[in-house]
Amino acid sequence: MALSPDDVARIAHLARIEVDPRDTEQTLARLSGIFELIERMQAVNTEGVAPMAHARDVILRLREDRVTESDQRAAFQEIAPQVEAGLYLVPKVIE
Amino acid sequence: MLNLTIKQLRAELAAKRVSSIEVARYFLQRIGTLQPVYNALISIDEEKSLAQARAADRLIAAGSASPLIGIPILHKDIFCAKGWRTTCGSKMLADFVAPYDAHVVERFNVAGAVVLGKTNMDEFAMGSSNETSFYGAVKNPWDVERVPGGSSGGSAAAVAARLAPAATGTDTGGSIRQPAALSGVCGLKPTYGVCSRYGMIAFASSLDQAGPFAKTAEDLALLLNTMAGFDARDSTSLERTPEDYARNLGRPVNGLRIGLPKEFFTAGMDSGVAQAIETALAEFRKLGCEPVEVSLPNMKLAVPVYYVLAPAEASSNLARYDGVRYGYRAPEYADLTDMYKKTRAQGFGAEVKRRILIGTYVLSHGYYDAYYLQAQKLRHLIADDFVAAFKQCDVILGPTAPTTAFKLGEKSADPVQMYLSDIYTIPANLAGLPAMSIPCGFDDKGLPVGLQIIGDYFAEARMLNIAHQYQQATDWHARLPPGMKE
Repeated sequence: MALSPDDVARIAHLARIEVDPRDTEQTLARLSGIFELIERMQAVNTEGVAPMAHARDVILRLREDRVTESDQRAAFQEIAPQVEAGLYLVPKVIE
Repeated sequence: MLNLTIKQLRAELAAKRVSSIEVARYFLQRIGTLQPVYNALISIDEEKSLAQARAADRLIAAGSASPLIGIPILHKDIFCAKGWRTTCGSKMLADFVAPYDAHVVERFNVAGAVVLGKTNMDEFAMGSSNETSFYGAVKNPWDVERVPGGSSGGSAAAVAARLAPAATGTDTGGSIRQPAALSGVCGLKPTYGVCSRYGMIAFASSLDQAGPFAKTAEDLALLLNTMAGFDARDSTSLERTPEDYARNLGRPVNGLRIGLPKEFFTAGMDSGVAQAIETALAEFRKLGCEPVEVSLPNMKLAVPVYYVLAPAEASSNLARYDGVRYGYRAPEYADLTDMYKKTRAQGFGAEVKRRILIGTYVLSHGYYDAYYLQAQKLRHLIADDFVAAFKQCDVILGPTAPTTAFKLGEKSADPVQMYLSDIYTIPANLAGLPAMSIPCGFDDKGLPVGLQIIGDYFAEARMLNIAHQYQQATDWHARLPPGMKE
């Protein structure tokens, strides 16, 4: 599972993390080392084994369709980077 | 007061030989003096702490007998505490003041405990040495040139340094047990689902669990009694009849079958660790326990499986840090996508970014089946190994970590070297089983060694029983780091 600099760029974009092109080589080397560790899994035959997504056989609990939360917008927006009229401000997306 | 257990301290408070305010001031003073030495804390707020102590004194005056009133506690900075800065060890949340309390924090507040601060930790709980924190490394009280372990390094070091008799931590791949072992204290990770994750900043949701740190198994039981229990706000919280985890502490353990997985005892641990574990096993034989060899054949896959699953879940959980609603936002950006990318590049440290990238890769189109799904299937095999082993034994014993505390910077160059510190702790997280670490000796450098006890699902009371009986026959857990006097 050899990674190329293009792979790093693609994953970084998916993860929305800017990777400085000057750091790509070091990032690549570190990631490759970790992927070598992960490769050890590939040798094992898991045909017929059910995947285990959770620590226990848990069934997602459902709740009654009732309103239980109160409006805490003011408290939650107190710590926001930029707000106006109860809205979170971000750079314009639509031209 | 420095070395009193929770139970002893509570007795002093009940007898009015000391007040909650006096206790709080005593430990706050220790914290203030030792913070520059160990860097175990990120946030301290004396006014808030003393206000809680005054409230505790009122409860005591009114005759309330609950076991934790007035007891100082430190919370790992991963737990949201209302009005407290909650950073998760990261620049991303450096100015985040939590608007609510985590379930675990709420429980301790209701119980009358007094919060003395938020402890240092590896950034977003990703680490085994407390060296990835944005707030600097934590120093091991047994040797300040060495790491305390991680990711709950601050909590472990704080209890070791007697900054408080109790602390909370979280364990995803060993982050309570490994620092407990390296710092010479007791730490426990309950069965998955026993402690609510509401308000506990998420790293890997199917693995994360909250748990206590203390000096004794008995104290761990008292803390677990307060922390455990159903919470409707956590969809993975289990509805079970409440139990008293201290109820079996006094039970004799003769006849208990102790499983020794042969894979834990092949080459891979330092001789100092191996010797201390051998001595501990001899002690258990003296107590009448019967050693049984068991096997966990898929154990060698645990680390690779974990380093697929945990980063995958982390990449999903950490997608929320985008600079929009809270936390760090990059000062300059060209457009929205650029804002996300720069915020996350600047706000996260190197290890966190690495794990997000790995997680993104293994979940991406074309690789999901080969990596993520494969890891989920191997997880099942690892869990099944334990089910089989527990048919032949009552508890499993072994080392917590392959080495004692290593030097700061020693394992930073190669992430994989750091990951291998978790080789004995990861299997219990994958299976969701309860596991704990207690001190069992020292190596020739005087560094603590931890003994790991892994139980079957919901066997915490039995594990605490066996740990308590061991602590009645030995005194490793009562030793103080060098230079510290009673």
